[in-house]
Amino acid sequence: MADKPLTVAVLSGKGGTGKTLVSVNLAAAAGEAVYLDCDVEEPNGHLFFKPEKPEEETVAVKIPQIDTERCTGCRKCVEFCAFHALAFAGNHPMLFDEVCHSCGGCALLCPAGAIRETDKAVGTVSSGRSGHVDVFTGRLNIGEASGIPVIKHLLGKIPSGGERPVFIDCPPGSACAVMESIKGADFCVLVAEPTVFGAHNLAMVYELVTLFRKPFGVVLNKCQEGENPSEAFCLEHQVPILGRIPFDPELGALNSEGNIAARENQRYRELFGSLLERIGKEAQHEAAFDSQR
Amino acid sequence: MKITIPMNEQKLESGVCPSFGRAPYFLLYDTNTNESKWIANSAAESSGGAGIAAAQLLADSGADTLITPRCGENAEKVLSGANIKVYRSVDGTAKKNIDALIEGKLSPLSEFHAGFHGHGG
Repeated sequence: MADKPLTVAVLSGKGGTGKTLVSVNLAAAAGEAVYLDCDVEEPNGHLFFKPEKPEEETVAVKIPQIDTERCTGCRKCVEFCAFHALAFAGNHPMLFDEVCHSCGGCALLCPAGAIRETDKAVGTVSSGRSGHVDVFTGRLNIGEASGIPVIKHLLGKIPSGGERPVFIDCPPGSACAVMESIKGADFCVLVAEPTVFGAHNLAMVYELVTLFRKPFGVVLNKCQEGENPSEAFCLEHQVPILGRIPFDPELGALNSEGNIAARENQRYRELFGSLLERIGKEAQHEAAFDSQR
Repeated sequence: MKITIPMNEQKLESGVCPSFGRAPYFLLYDTNTNESKWIANSAAESSGGAGIAAAQLLADSGADTLITPRCGENAEKVLSGANIKVYRSVDGTAKKNIDALIEGKLSPLSEFHAGFHGHGG
């Protein structure tokens, strides 16, 4: 009996390798599952799940609000702010809220009590259901610099108990937003394309999950006859290959019409079903290995 | 006039630094006394908001004119708050740019770029 649901993060070094394909289909193959779209700059998992009557919540961060009447111009806040979100020029305090990291230090520090924190909306999280899958989608408002607050809010939706596996569809790349998304994951699935560029991007996320000491494995997508530089990378670095998805026009057609292959097609139901099983075994093995360490 | 220019080196005869916020030094040149002062840019190594912090430094320096090849929109807000006029630099040394400004040959910088936020620049 699991006291915490299995949490699987799906990531890749670049966009378009198949993170959403893999995470959506794994969740669908699991039947009862939770799916989180952490690619908050361009979430697309909802296009496949088409959740019914999604409910939307606003994600807000704290930013300072300065009472210019009370400000004495001491500039303690300007000197304190490590991110240079505050300035003082022409006898006026100035705030650059997109640079602010919401630490609240300026409000605590202001000797004149001229600064208080106020909410600023940066995005939304919508919650809906598709079949037996709970679908959560994060969206960052256009023009915002950081998706981290939206991702944090999304991750808060992960049930603390129960048996339903959780699939996290990560943003592309290996920067802060990806690190935030995989932080709490039990297992990472790296999706890779069969090109030299694909292998290069795989190397980036390989480095990231190794740094985070996450158990992981690779799914080779768009597999064709001939050379596969990503496969060669896996063999060279002894990375487990969890599964292979063929470069298949039928899958392409299903996907481009917004269908979930694992729900529509027997062959892909089996493919993603066995991938899910393999991930479960790998994660369990790692957990057992971990408890012996 | 107190003119300031982002610089790589503390020499009047060297070229203008292509970056504003992350320039290592600012030249502060007083046209009344022909005196040059050099300000080390404490913002150059900031992880973020370098332009804002550099503009704050100049606002506090007493400069009234900035000559720079480019400048971000956040820095521009601080500079205009401090009533510092911004001119576009021309190729060549700091000295050449100061002379060009005095002769009225420099045009005001009218385009201010959005932040790079760690994405190059």
